[in-house]
Amino acid sequence: MANLNINIGKLQLKNPVMTASGTFGYGTEFSDFFDVSRIGGIFVKGTTLRDRQGNPYPRMAETPSGMLNAVGLQNKGIDYFINHILPTVKNIDTNIIVNVSGSTINEYIETAEKLNSIEKIPAIELNISCPNVKEGGMAFGTSCLSAAQVVKAVRRVYKNELIVKLSPNVTDISEIALAVEAEGADSVSLINTLLGMAIDSEKRKPVLSTVTGGLSGPAVKPIALRMVWQVANSVKIPVIGMGGIMNAADAIEFMLAGASAIQIGTANFIDPTVSIKVVDGINDYLDRHGFQSVSEIIGALEV
Amino acid sequence: MKKFILDLIVKKNETLNNQYSLLILTSTEKLPEILPGQFAEVRVDNSPNTFLRRPISINYIDYEANELWLLVQIVGDGTQKMSELKSGETLNLVFPLGNSFTLPENKDSKILLVGGGVGIAPLLYWGSYLKERGFTCNIVLGGRSKDNLLQLNEFNQFGNVYTTTEDGSHGEMGFVTQHSLLKSLHFDYIYTCGPTPMMKAVAAYATEKKTFCEVSLENTMACGFGACLCCVTDTTEGHLCVCTVGPVFNITKLKWQI
Repeated sequence: MANLNINIGKLQLKNPVMTASGTFGYGTEFSDFFDVSRIGGIFVKGTTLRDRQGNPYPRMAETPSGMLNAVGLQNKGIDYFINHILPTVKNIDTNIIVNVSGSTINEYIETAEKLNSIEKIPAIELNISCPNVKEGGMAFGTSCLSAAQVVKAVRRVYKNELIVKLSPNVTDISEIALAVEAEGADSVSLINTLLGMAIDSEKRKPVLSTVTGGLSGPAVKPIALRMVWQVANSVKIPVIGMGGIMNAADAIEFMLAGASAIQIGTANFIDPTVSIKVVDGINDYLDRHGFQSVSEIIGALEV
Repeated sequence: MKKFILDLIVKKNETLNNQYSLLILTSTEKLPEILPGQFAEVRVDNSPNTFLRRPISINYIDYEANELWLLVQIVGDGTQKMSELKSGETLNLVFPLGNSFTLPENKDSKILLVGGGVGIAPLLYWGSYLKERGFTCNIVLGGRSKDNLLQLNEFNQFGNVYTTTEDGSHGEMGFVTQHSLLKSLHFDYIYTCGPTPMMKAVAAYATEKKTFCEVSLENTMACGFGACLCCVTDTTEGHLCVCTVGPVFNITKLKWQI
């Protein structure tokens, strides 16, 4: 049994396997299937200052080896989360991390401030990369200037671990990563979904109500892996990798590329127990290769 | 209700016609309790184009024989693969998911079940459930032609069955909502599942008659248990997940009815 503990800045993980925002609800949705406290952390659904209804149905299209979604950050707002959801998740013995989104910098600030003093929430993931909302979201994450502005503003008010979730819909993701690092991000997570589209040729109409949506699943894994490798070679802060991870081998690839921890997203829909299988699979790998600690494989890619 | 992920064993795969298969599944262990209206998320193996699980209604449960039935309409590669399963092979299900139909208050309630196409699937289990509890059902099943009318013998065990076909090849010619039974009888409870235009027509009928009416929706979904928020329908309470709040909704709650 290897040591699976990992620290992402001040954030202590019992293992590097976490679940991605928007794919794991608030954790309780999966409690019938396995003991969710065994994973390193749960990134809860994208949360905004106020209640959001999200985009109209249809919001999902299956694609070869993946799916497009256009949920559009449906959530009941930060106050509802704190008052009604937090009490039900606070006994889950793992890191509960809130994915924070907003339409304006002030919304990001206000939401982050509300989470500052909540003991159960050791970190927030700043979502500057949602491709499914008209204002905010990805608009912040696709230019160095606006990404830096929002991170700077939130950093001023938020004291705990600040993770910034990056968009892959950019020319050079390393530049954005460097920009948010310079403004005080403690770590970066990547990739959010890739902007994509699906068409129903019989109806001559787009499948999604929003026309475009975010692509996820194994279809995006090679791109995600490349971006994690590029960013890990550019910044000094820890990188959390994600994008199409379906099993332990995929997770290990991301860590070899330089990720200190990983998130599992779309795979949760197909096998709700996948995350715990990945934890066990990483442990098997470490034992098989004679590693004492999972930290030994971070960035261990031999190029 | 506790949800399970289980490999069920194919006991029998019955080809009903070139469009529909009936999968009779069993388990080495006792099947969990499942309510009428609930569904399963079925993983389809060996189908490269089928990335996500497929939400399929529970068609029937036979606790004595430890059988779970799935009625499968072949619409794509995934359902095609399901229709080719052989006895003894396994199928991985996440179930039971979703809510269930609401039981009428009085045993003498006049009950109408209206189904079309593969939408009849949850109504068979619901019909059997009602019959077991002493209720009497009228069941109207519709299809384009007689080939689209399925499980008539099974439905006959649980109520008075009436049919409509668009080409007149079985029962009355026309749509389910045009059946003479709907003109001659008054109902207290209506339950429907089928193509959206059919359900809307049934809902319009129920609204006009001020009758209690529940519909079972079949929106596309990714997870089936409330994590992805992809399958929402617009309701008087905003966007709600069909997989967890539904699939059964009272029509007064749905925006498409208003």
